[in-house]
Amino acid sequence: MSEPSISSAELITDPVYIEVVKQLRPHASKDASISPESIILSDLGMDSLAIMDFVFDLEDALDLTIPEHRIAEVKTIADLVAAVYLLQKEA
Amino acid sequence: MAIFDKFQPLSDVHDQLKSVGQSPSSLQFDEIISPTEAVLNGRRTILLGTNNYLGLTFDQTSIDKGIEALREQGTGTTGSRIANGSYDGHKALENELAEFYGMHDAILYSTGYMANLGAIGTLAGRGDYLLIDADSHASIHDACKLSDAEVIRFRHNDPVNLAKKLERLADKPGEKLIVIESIYSMLGDTSPLKEMIAVKNKYGASLLIDEAHSLGVMGATGRGLCELAGVEKDIDFVTGTFSKSIGTIGGFLVSNVPGLDIVRLASRPYMFTASLPPSVVATARQALSRVAGATVERTRLWDNATQLYAGLKNAGFDLGPQVSPIVAIRMQDPGKAVALWNGLLDAGVYTNLALPPATPSGWFLLRSSISAAHTSQQIALAVELCAKIGRELGLIPCPATVGASVEMMNVASPRKVAKQEAEKSSDEDETAVQA
Repeated sequence: MSEPSISSAELITDPVYIEVVKQLRPHASKDASISPESIILSDLGMDSLAIMDFVFDLEDALDLTIPEHRIAEVKTIADLVAAVYLLQKEA
Repeated sequence: MAIFDKFQPLSDVHDQLKSVGQSPSSLQFDEIISPTEAVLNGRRTILLGTNNYLGLTFDQTSIDKGIEALREQGTGTTGSRIANGSYDGHKALENELAEFYGMHDAILYSTGYMANLGAIGTLAGRGDYLLIDADSHASIHDACKLSDAEVIRFRHNDPVNLAKKLERLADKPGEKLIVIESIYSMLGDTSPLKEMIAVKNKYGASLLIDEAHSLGVMGATGRGLCELAGVEKDIDFVTGTFSKSIGTIGGFLVSNVPGLDIVRLASRPYMFTASLPPSVVATARQALSRVAGATVERTRLWDNATQLYAGLKNAGFDLGPQVSPIVAIRMQDPGKAVALWNGLLDAGVYTNLALPPATPSGWFLLRSSISAAHTSQQIALAVELCAKIGRELGLIPCPATVGASVEMMNVASPRKVAKQEAEKSSDEDETAVQA
């Protein structure tokens, strides 16, 4: 498995990143361009409720729990991928 | 001023609301006539959004008790009970609450909001886990901010999702406190309590239920959803408020868990706020003493709720999932939601306008709360006006195209369902029947 510090270029082939994008698609606005640098709160046309639903879907897909304070620390998709790896390590 | 710049988006919404009509945050009643009527902008208005479920705000015995306490003990306590000591009424009300719920101990708070802050924020500390429903009230979210516990959300009313979250915590040390509400305040839907308790018991967690909207409303003696579902022995903590059925202000935590008293010394919202004034305590005590016997009011409340729900459903509105004293029309178009709310105000009906993100799934809601004090004529008028304005706005079809698929008799009221089930099964415990 990849480490959280991998570059943006490498990230796009990372399995967690691919899963995050897959789960994000139905919640993001149709014309949103998703990249590792996308800021979840402002770049993807998602309000706080859409983000909450996306996190539930991601938790189910990855079989892990993302506590609220971890979500609060996340800004970009790359941050989220890193947070997932840390949570998987801690589990 | 720059310090207010961060509120610009809020300010924009407020200005937008004011540009097309009234703003919910700046409404001011000229006069309150009764639990169900007020004068607003010079017009007599039906109050259909005040959570005054039993209609006790003008109860003469409560008013008399309040006046007596004001005269005998003054206007306020001027401090917290930790600093200024307790009045006899504080302890008496706690004893009466504990007795009412059949629990060992009760703690009073100055509002229902603070009861949740004080209970949830204190019971779960560092190293513990708070598992909260995704549609939780703001007081629960704010309590989580006050707590040092790790906060985990589960999908709304979803015991399977809750079980998954608890399963992942199974090997982790620390207490797990599940927080749910009996009736959720926006759509009026109830918690699947038996299923939630099965999950709690399986994983050895504790359960706190906020019965804010069900006190006086559900259960044979008005103790709420836990009484109606017959699961009170499985509940660890109950919070509630006096600002709805009890008709005044204040909040409480009750529990059978031994040693609850220590929470007073660890609960900042208990320690650092002035305690309830004697007049409020006196009116709360009087109203609480009436709740168990208020079967006629509960029957009227549920009949009114059923009438409103069925009337709006038949008119073609998209409503919350079940009959409840909270009836919400769900809309996707903000303009139409605001226009419906304003149209009703202009026609003499006050309801609540609820906007995202305070609403589930991003709906724009016209939220009504029903009182036992409403007359059938008031409900019928509210339905008629809603339907008329809803048709004008294109929210619902014209009468000819409305299907007759939902007749009033087909709309299930929990009270009536419980009664029917009890009649079917004669060996059922009669106390499970909603009065």
